[in-house]
Amino acid sequence: MESLSSLMAMPWLDYSISGLVIGSIYALMAVGLALIFGVANLINFAHGAVFTVGAYIGWTCLVGIGLPLGVTIVVVAAVSGAAGALIEWLAIRPLNRQSRIAPLLATIGVALVLDQIIHIVFSPTPRALSANIPDWRLQIGNGTIGAIDITIALTAILSAAALYAFLFRTKLGMAVRATAQDDDAAKQMGVNINAVNMTVFGIAGALGGIAGLLVGLYYNSIDPNASFQMMLKGMVAIVIGGMANVPGAIGGGLILGLIESWGIGLFGASYRNLFAFVVLLVMLLFRPNGIFSRGKERPAEPMTGTFVTQTKAVTLPKPLIWVLIGIAVILPMANMPYITQVMTNAYLYGLAALALTLVSGTVGLVSIGHAALVAIGAYASALLTTKGLPVSLGIVIGGAAAALLGTALAYPAFRLRGHYVAIGTLALGEIVSLVILNWEGVTNGALGVFAIPPLEIFGFPLYGTKASYWFVLALMLLMAGLQVRLLKSHLGRTWKAIREDTVAAETYGVASNYYKGLAFGFAGFTAGIAGAVTAHQWSFINYDSFNLLFSVLILTMAILGGLGNVSGAILGAILVAALPEMFRTLAEYRMLFYGAALIILIRFRPQGLLGSG
Amino acid sequence: MSDAILTATGITRRFGGITAVDGVDLHVAEGEFLSVIGPNGAGKTTLFNLISGQDRMDGGKVTLEGRDITNLSPHKMAEIGVARTFQHGRVFGNLTVMDNVLIGCHVRLKAARSRVPVIGPVLELGKALIQPRAVREEEEAMREEARAIIATFGERLAPRIDNPTYSLSYANRRRVEIARALALHPRILILDEPTAGMNESETAEMQEIIAGLKASGRTILLIEHKLNMVMQLSDRVMAMDDGKVISHGTPTEVRNDPKVIEAYLGHSSIGGARPAARDSAEPQEIITVGPAQGRIGRTGGAEA
Repeated sequence: MESLSSLMAMPWLDYSISGLVIGSIYALMAVGLALIFGVANLINFAHGAVFTVGAYIGWTCLVGIGLPLGVTIVVVAAVSGAAGALIEWLAIRPLNRQSRIAPLLATIGVALVLDQIIHIVFSPTPRALSANIPDWRLQIGNGTIGAIDITIALTAILSAAALYAFLFRTKLGMAVRATAQDDDAAKQMGVNINAVNMTVFGIAGALGGIAGLLVGLYYNSIDPNASFQMMLKGMVAIVIGGMANVPGAIGGGLILGLIESWGIGLFGASYRNLFAFVVLLVMLLFRPNGIFSRGKERPAEPMTGTFVTQTKAVTLPKPLIWVLIGIAVILPMANMPYITQVMTNAYLYGLAALALTLVSGTVGLVSIGHAALVAIGAYASALLTTKGLPVSLGIVIGGAAAALLGTALAYPAFRLRGHYVAIGTLALGEIVSLVILNWEGVTNGALGVFAIPPLEIFGFPLYGTKASYWFVLALMLLMAGLQVRLLKSHLGRTWKAIREDTVAAETYGVASNYYKGLAFGFAGFTAGIAGAVTAHQWSFINYDSFNLLFSVLILTMAILGGLGNVSGAILGAILVAALPEMFRTLAEYRMLFYGAALIILIRFRPQGLLGSG
Repeated sequence: MSDAILTATGITRRFGGITAVDGVDLHVAEGEFLSVIGPNGAGKTTLFNLISGQDRMDGGKVTLEGRDITNLSPHKMAEIGVARTFQHGRVFGNLTVMDNVLIGCHVRLKAARSRVPVIGPVLELGKALIQPRAVREEEEAMREEARAIIATFGERLAPRIDNPTYSLSYANRRRVEIARALALHPRILILDEPTAGMNESETAEMQEIIAGLKASGRTILLIEHKLNMVMQLSDRVMAMDDGKVISHGTPTEVRNDPKVIEAYLGHSSIGGARPAARDSAEPQEIITVGPAQGRIGRTGGAEA
């Protein structure tokens, strides 16, 4: 009873007020995402970057120039709106004729580029933002409400009202609604789809930018690294509200704000982001149409998630492959330890990319949470070997742990399709990272695992640069060889059949979930040993070692080489991981390089360098 | 009806307020050829989706050789011998003709059928990696058989056996679908408009192939709009409209049923007013009323 009364005594009203205030900011983010999803069928991963742009424009106006808040809001809306429209024009419109997952990947590239530009212009450290808002608080019952809360809520409500007026009182607004219903029909009726798309990206940008400013005001600080987290919050809100449902997005934002605020009150602030992802997964699995949809709708035709174009893959002639392997083997003899080290690193990425190219390319489950598999392998081996297990055994167990745990975690996502797979795997990746952060008893929490024993096999140390190079090279070639063998067996065609048309494959007796599981098992093993070896190489890992950027990086490698293509994955890994290291200036602007590479690749060579297999 | 291999009773499927299939009964005997006709939106494809497991029925029961197969998942249906083709054609575009047909063999592949719990998946991966002799021989035997099936389509598919199916013509893709269905060794073969979108000579060629399948004693369920073909091939015909069976019997009986004519033409006064004259009429007579030669009521709309 005492626990109940202490529960009752918690300041629930305060939690609810702050939940609604934060929720109204999430709602602003979500409305933009929902509008874009409605007209362009696209989850805009660059939405978070626009949010950050808005925050920094706000800082420039308020602190840098000293403009009043009202003017600042207008400038923020204008500039971030222009940024949104520019994204549509530069990155999305050219991809009109490509597979639906292409623009999604392009927006990831845009997000990386914008974030890096903000880092370059404003430095990567957070800075204070204040706007002389009076400091009074109003007593309501046993809670309080402050001027800042009212300012934020008012701005959000006014923005929503303006949007409503636009959608329902203007001709362009009607065109937007028509396009959302049926873009082909709208086009035939003379609606300029490009103008509609650009308008929607502009409006979404303006709302996202305002959200950035408001978050800055609420916490008195702005952080250039918040983009992805905020974008994800908006995404969770639209999943709650029902993807393209604009009023639903507002509801979803408020609900998410409340859940977070109450959750933090109960469990503590370090769990903040976990709530959002758990809500996301639960929604995707049980109410994929959102909580406001009526009844069980028939699932829409699959938004085909594959990025595999109908082209023939380049098959490298066998002699060439042997020559390349030969060069790789004798490379350390050149006595350039830096190059050797860089290439070792590239091969580790290559292992991870092999795993991803199997799952995302061959089977067609585009994963943005691949880092989770690598992290599981790394942690399993690191934790066991620091307690005395031999390193070689640790690596194998790391692989097995990633295979089993990864498959079990991903299993619920197997019934998802297309974009939902991308969102689901993203959530899984974040959840694994947050569990590692919060499960202090096992994982050592935020401190990470240090003093991880260096590489050795059966007592033979592989400490030297050359020895570890050869070991990692051998491992990568072994796993690549095994993967090629699998692809040549009945599994290869079965996996590809699932990718091409899951319904038809099921109709011909292919139990698709089982075969997706087999692919995840094998890929998980490869990714797990990649993580384990990396942990022993670095001797230190923490929850952030294998983050979202890592996942995006691996995906870029796999796409660069050609999704599903084994030699392509290795080539992609070498190009993406090694090139920036060889040219110092590139290394400094690494994210810019990765982002631009992703955008250009998807635009001009979606099948990758060697073609998708 | 004790000789029926497939029996469906009271099949019902509702979408929101619409009852797409409303208490349909259907039975097919071993070696029988049953066709289902009806205007677009009559519920034919929905009915086939329910029988072959692509969709779940709200009411009714399906048995195959006495075994209850109601609402089994599609891959279970395939395992017990129900094979179907799709109205709009669903080949695996990036797979070769050979690999498409080999997917049809999947349910018979021993290498893919480790029945051992828990370590079954590991065994399947292991076999695929090691490729022991038995696995290699089985694969070669399946390829041999696939080549034989592909050869029944003459020079249409054989020269393109290693080409990806996205590079094939529409008619050839439909042929690949049928080859893939045959590779399953089906107890019952369900064909959903196998000649949709084909020109006359392609249709004639396809009809010859289907007639060959019938002659070899296969049990076949067919949806088709080209009545010429239906009349020539079928042992029995079932006509549907608005989710219900409106007529059922021999091809001649169904063709002359005023209700069928009304369903196709919207009102009975055109064909149905002179039923007596029908007896001597050629089957073509109904058909020439339709908008395109050899077809009735086909507007090319999707009805999936």
